[in-house]
Amino acid sequence: MRRLLGQPLVLALLGAVVIIVVLTGVDDFRAVQLTQMAYLGIAAGGLTVLTGLNGQISLGHGALMAIGAYTTALLLQDDEPTLPLLAVLVVATVVTLVVGAAIGVAAARLHGPYLAGATLALAVAVPGIALYFGDTLGGEQGLRVRVPDPPGWLLDAAYFVTGQDLTPSTYVAFLGWFVLVVTYVGLAHLSRGRVGRRWRAVRDDEVAAEVAGIALGRARVSAFVVSAAAAGAAGFVMAVSVRLAAPSGYSLTLSLMLLTAVVLGGLGTLSGALVGAALLTFLPQVITDAGVSAGLDDIRAAELAPLVYGLVLVAVVLLAPAGLVGSLRLAWHRLRATTTSKGAT
Amino acid sequence: MNPRRRRLAGAASILTSLMLVAACGAGGRDDDDSDGGGGAAEVGVTDDSIAIGGTFPLTGVAAPGYSEIPTGAKAYFDFVNAAGGVNGRTIDFTVKDDGYDPTKTSSLTNELVLKDKVFATVGSLGTPTHSAVVDFLNDEKVPDLFVSSGSLGWGDDPEARPMTFGWQPDYEIEGKIIGQYVAKNMPDAKVGLFLQDDDFGEDAEKGVRQFLDDQIVGTQRYTSGNTDVGPQVAALQASKADLVLAFTTPSYTALAQLTSLKLGFKPDWYVSNVGSDPALVGGLLEKFSEGKVPGDASALNGVMTSEYIPGIDAPDNAWVQLWQKVWDANGGQGELTNYRIYGMSWAYTFVQALQAAGKDLTREGLVEALEEAGSSLEGPNLAPYRYSEDSHLGISGMELVTLENGKGKPLTKVLTTDIGDAEIAEDDSGQSEDAPPESGIPDVDAVD
Amino acid sequence: MQQLVNTLLGGLTLGMVYAAFALALVLIWRSTRIVNFAQAPMAMVTTFVALRIIEGGHSYWLGFAAALVAGLVLGAVVERVLIRPVEGKAEINAVILTLGLFIVLHALAAVVFGNRYRSFPAAFGIRGIEVGDTTIALTGFGIFTIVAVLVVMGLLVLLFRFTDLGLRMRAAAFNQEVARLLGVRVGRMLTLGWALASLVGSLAGLLIAGGSLVHPGYMDAVVVYGFVAAVLGGLDSPAGAVVGGLLLGLSLSLVSGYVGSQLVALAALAILMAVLLLRPQGLFSQARERRV
Repeated sequence: MRRLLGQPLVLALLGAVVIIVVLTGVDDFRAVQLTQMAYLGIAAGGLTVLTGLNGQISLGHGALMAIGAYTTALLLQDDEPTLPLLAVLVVATVVTLVVGAAIGVAAARLHGPYLAGATLALAVAVPGIALYFGDTLGGEQGLRVRVPDPPGWLLDAAYFVTGQDLTPSTYVAFLGWFVLVVTYVGLAHLSRGRVGRRWRAVRDDEVAAEVAGIALGRARVSAFVVSAAAAGAAGFVMAVSVRLAAPSGYSLTLSLMLLTAVVLGGLGTLSGALVGAALLTFLPQVITDAGVSAGLDDIRAAELAPLVYGLVLVAVVLLAPAGLVGSLRLAWHRLRATTTSKGAT
Repeated sequence: MNPRRRRLAGAASILTSLMLVAACGAGGRDDDDSDGGGGAAEVGVTDDSIAIGGTFPLTGVAAPGYSEIPTGAKAYFDFVNAAGGVNGRTIDFTVKDDGYDPTKTSSLTNELVLKDKVFATVGSLGTPTHSAVVDFLNDEKVPDLFVSSGSLGWGDDPEARPMTFGWQPDYEIEGKIIGQYVAKNMPDAKVGLFLQDDDFGEDAEKGVRQFLDDQIVGTQRYTSGNTDVGPQVAALQASKADLVLAFTTPSYTALAQLTSLKLGFKPDWYVSNVGSDPALVGGLLEKFSEGKVPGDASALNGVMTSEYIPGIDAPDNAWVQLWQKVWDANGGQGELTNYRIYGMSWAYTFVQALQAAGKDLTREGLVEALEEAGSSLEGPNLAPYRYSEDSHLGISGMELVTLENGKGKPLTKVLTTDIGDAEIAEDDSGQSEDAPPESGIPDVDAVD
Repeated sequence: MQQLVNTLLGGLTLGMVYAAFALALVLIWRSTRIVNFAQAPMAMVTTFVALRIIEGGHSYWLGFAAALVAGLVLGAVVERVLIRPVEGKAEINAVILTLGLFIVLHALAAVVFGNRYRSFPAAFGIRGIEVGDTTIALTGFGIFTIVAVLVVMGLLVLLFRFTDLGLRMRAAAFNQEVARLLGVRVGRMLTLGWALASLVGSLAGLLIAGGSLVHPGYMDAVVVYGFVAAVLGGLDSPAGAVVGGLLLGLSLSLVSGYVGSQLVALAALAILMAVLLLRPQGLFSQARERRV
């Protein structure tokens, strides 16, 4: 049973069932929030593979998401889309993947803080491109995204399964979670296989990895490419959900949020990335509301959420470097270990 | 750790987070039973309250200044509520912080509409931010009133966006009015344009070029966030411009003035209404090193600008006295500023709109009332609103002034016009002469 | 011609500020092998301390000195409380920690000092100097900026090259174990390195703020440009930081004036990538073998 449960595909199927149950049970507002959680989760999943498994830090994943989002927006300009939505997803992912490969080749030669700084510059530079080519990319106002209506067979199928009509928000939420499940299955397969072992080997000890015949550069670039592809897919979901690709949506803040998500959840685990994305989606509202009910004015309450994020980020690095999921796991493991050893004596 | 167990833990945590989400979801659905018992009540409206909301940048780079707008509006709503509200209903204004990020605007507006179930959004700020939600609001048939931005998108096409209304004069008519003034009165001026690189600069340039295309010798754009405007001002200087039309936000007005000082560039200036607040810009310029910059509000002496509502520079104006009274009674920390006056002014218009819509408040009714009575509403606006079935654009004009010691000295009468090639004419509605009612609360008859 | 001269002079002053910021990063790098991404908000906080004092009616120089002292203390405290536990651990921990600090200080400053623009005075004139009948884009305060940064660079070179203390700091950063065996009090050296760096960062904050506007985010652009400047110089060399800052300031000013101000950040990225790929050790680094 356990072995069965551990298979990514089985997990994905289980997840799909839960997703269908949840998404049919929520109103439009929650559906939109869940879509947000999905695109943050997709990008964070890619980032956690890069940072957690391969040891490369990226402060520029927001910029990669922007590339996916702008590609999506450019393809969805007309009322009658030229490509079906899933084809747009593929194009957005591939375009980001290609850009990611170019960046990855450069990044593979950089380490630690150098890589952080270069990707930081990337995060700041990319929105400027949209401003400079304002005629094509819409400038500060950005590009509108026209999301085509769901195909008729899907509406019928959805009604057949859930007994409810599919609203546009729920449709996009399904789309987002579908992309998330596919991405996570892919990432899980990769990271458990030969490729993933190489990534980890490079992270843990470069010299040993090189001696073992692993091409360092290739392993690094491949991790970056995979991670960029996930960011591109996330950008697609984000553009379709927000219905807009605008430079201010892809500022440095987004890149930092993604990094926060993977650190909070626990570096290197997909479940951690998902938990991190959930926290980023649902926590700010809770904090701001708490601030307002504690008597703060709107402006001060609004600063409370970033303050709490920052503090939690610092606290996690200092006190629970394995992240929330990782620490829980460790605690669970320790508990098991103590009980087992007690049992033995 | 045993790999199998790790997988199990992974599975468990994914499932747990989904359950958690499911629980949240279930929590979001119990808001539907809050009809105040008044029969078929409109969303967000009960017998004794009206819920409205708006998104503003309270944090982040755009927050300085703009974050004060909702505080002004809130103070005025509190003032009205203290006097019994509108038709016995108090106005409950929810402010959400989007940090000027359209993605957040989108999710917060969803929250306002779908979870908080507001009757209308009022005053939401910013062009890129509001662009992200304007179609959603129209699809959901939520009145989207008095967007705090002068973009043309808020009202030039009521058929496409029947629920959206602008409020301030759009940037294009401001460009037209100053363009015509310069063409007529300063035909030999060599004009340089200093523009913010977004719809603000773009729409204004469109208006200006209708009249001044031949006189423009240089156009420079700055990117908001990049505080070094030295290269742009140096380029304007090199183009030999002797009159610069600046469509800038207040901080960039101050930066442009400082940089010109540094470069010894001394053209005549016209600064857009958005960026000319003499109290704010003068205040920013005054504090520089013991008198090295001409002190206080006189820093902008001789600069031309425009006004469409009375501001803090006219403390004797009856409207400003009302705003001062409101701020003293209901405001929070800080002083009355032009940003707060701006918020109070559209809050006043909103109260008028509610009164015009009558006791049986519905979303459709509110929109119809604004289309019918909007152009005759008397408020702080110097020129009438353009609201009708064909246009949802806001205030139709402004007067040009020169700043003298922080006060605007009229250069022209109030001039009104519309987008496109509509004529520019002197306003004869007498809007600029009116004073607020004694109580400070409008008294508009319900239409129907 | 005048435009070119003024654009270059503007770039020169700006470049000096980037240089000051890069010097701070170099100092921390040399003492702890960490890049402090929270340098900018730390400097922002100390600049606000100065502003509070000046607005309270005290002299500019009292505020100036207070900001520098505040910087010194803040740097020492941050190192002791936050950085010490992650020193010697994976690089990524320190990066994330300083990013967390970045977010915290930002939010705190917005709450404490308010989120609006304020003007910050300058000690010297902010009008351009007149040469003949043209005004050039060099102000009294600009000259002060250039001199101040060059002096600081000189002092740092002296410190590291010619003093015993500098030698001990270098030893502590280079190899803690060996340094300890040689009797260097490593912990103190690290704290001192951070304190000094934070002081230099505060100076950079004051120089950017002088004669301009400040708000809690006013230093954010400098995070990126200061870092790029430091890397151009090799992250290791004070002189390299200054040259890197100047190069960057001049090129960005030219890009902004002649191409478009939207592309400034992109130009910085292009310069950074070009240098890192052609000369990964930076332009001035002494350590040839080190990989970036």
